[in-house]
Amino acid sequence: MATTNNMTLNLKIWRQKNQTSEGKLVDYRVENVSPDMSFLEMIDVLNDQLVRKGEDTVAFDHDCREGICGMCSMMINGKAHGGFKNTTTCQVHMRLYKDGDTVVIEPFRAKAFPIVKDLTVDRGAIDKVMAAGGFITANTGNAPDANAMLIPKPVADEAMDAAACIGCGACVASCPNGSGMLFMGAKVSQLALLPQGQPESPKRALNMVYTHDTLGFGNCTTHAECEATCPKGISIEHIARMNREYLKAAFTYHEKNRSEGAG
Amino acid sequence: MMTAAVNHYFRSSIGRKHLVAITGLLLCGFLVGHLSGNLLLLVGPDAFNIYAHKLISLGPLLYVIETVLALVFLVHLYLAARLNIENRQARGKYTLKTRTGRGTTLMSASMPYTGVVLLVFIILHLMNLKFGTNYQTQVDGVQMRDIYRTTVEYFQSPVSVAWYVFAMACAGFHTAHGFSSAFQSLGLNFPKYYPKIKIISYLYAVTIAGGFAFLSIWCYLKGV
Ligand code: HEM
Ligand code: SF4
Ligand code: FES
Repeated sequence: MATTNNMTLNLKIWRQKNQTSEGKLVDYRVENVSPDMSFLEMIDVLNDQLVRKGEDTVAFDHDCREGICGMCSMMINGKAHGGFKNTTTCQVHMRLYKDGDTVVIEPFRAKAFPIVKDLTVDRGAIDKVMAAGGFITANTGNAPDANAMLIPKPVADEAMDAAACIGCGACVASCPNGSGMLFMGAKVSQLALLPQGQPESPKRALNMVYTHDTLGFGNCTTHAECEATCPKGISIEHIARMNREYLKAAFTYHEKNRSEGAG
Repeated sequence: MMTAAVNHYFRSSIGRKHLVAITGLLLCGFLVGHLSGNLLLLVGPDAFNIYAHKLISLGPLLYVIETVLALVFLVHLYLAARLNIENRQARGKYTLKTRTGRGTTLMSASMPYTGVVLLVFIILHLMNLKFGTNYQTQVDGVQMRDIYRTTVEYFQSPVSVAWYVFAMACAGFHTAHGFSSAFQSLGLNFPKYYPKIKIISYLYAVTIAGGFAFLSIWCYLKGV
């Protein structure tokens, strides 16, 4: 056989049957890992081996495998998505590791993210926060004229930066306080920057923060570990903008003064 | 009228953090005033005693100021402790260290511990100095407390000086993170000047901690 650059890796993977059972790190050895494989493909190879041996495969979340869906949540060697700059797990390639490396893989952990099985966690808390206010009111029917609403380029850029959040939960998993401020800040900030987000702006801040606080997320203490691990490079400036939005809303919003709907 | 929104504000993650930030910044302001007054130690016993006497002579107004300060302190400490307890429960417990080295600092990680040191320090500080030995003296024929003597005497013990310097190092750590973090918490993080606030935060911490620590060592060297 021709010589290849293929590697052998020693994995320690968190195995846990279900939410209530005890979990533990289990050792695995994967051979023939190509440096061109993605991290997820490497786990596919392991799972293929496990199936052939009749063992239970490692459960892990994944979907798009192109860095846009935010499903591939895991802590690799203690860092969310492996700790590489602006990279999701599915975009981590095995050439970043060396033959014989030991790689520890744990699920994202936070009180708000219960473990479902192995590396799969329930990040539904993020969806609940989003559903509480991460939307705008728009007319259905014909597509609106793209240039009807003028938005200065720098503002549009900033809103786009915030909109880059894929809801992966790395910010929560790597926060020493298990706080959801970064993804929530990104959404509140994105919509607060744009004219389309204005009608719901105060209610959005109030409802999203209220929902966040009821789901077991912690509070921000400005460690900025979230910003350091976010695969989309979301800045904590967006948390500050949310804090302003929330302050404004808490002291000026009055249900009775507002008529809902078209008017 | 308290609306539901205002009501929730004072229970929410962000609202309570605003209060920690505002009270923290007020305490930072107090330390500036306190250090400025203490610098009169360098001028001499009379200058320092007259300054202290003027403060005491404020009478009821001083009680009002002290009560407000105590309340600010208690709100800060109570809310910071509550938030910290919640945060401990909310975070994930990993087998490996998760710090990236690009977020958490020694200062940010030690906030609750430096805070507790400050709490203990302030209690002892009041007992040893404010409620310490009440010497009397006369300056220009006016009877007043010789707080200068109480202070310099207290710092004749190397243990007192060491503890004081340690506590000031903790105050420096606490405010080095706290000062800039308070701006972020209050939503005052604008890319244009946040880097400058961070620099001011470090300068503030070094000046305050260094200033107080220097004065304690000065008292030790000065002798009675
Ligand atoms: C003179 C005394 C003190 C000053 C000047 C001070 C100042 C500050 C400031 C400016 C903050 C930042 C607030 C924010 O990020 O929003 C802060 C946070 C905090 N303080 Fe203090 N503080 C003092 C005493 C204390 C005491 C006595 C305790 C506890 C017993 C304490 C515990 C905390 C904690 C746990 C935090 C939150 C940590 C964080 O947000 O990262 N502080 N303090
Ligand atoms: S802010 Fe970043 S780390 Fe947090 S959910 Fe969004 S993309 Fe993931
Ligand atoms: S699998 Fe979609 S972002 Fe990684």
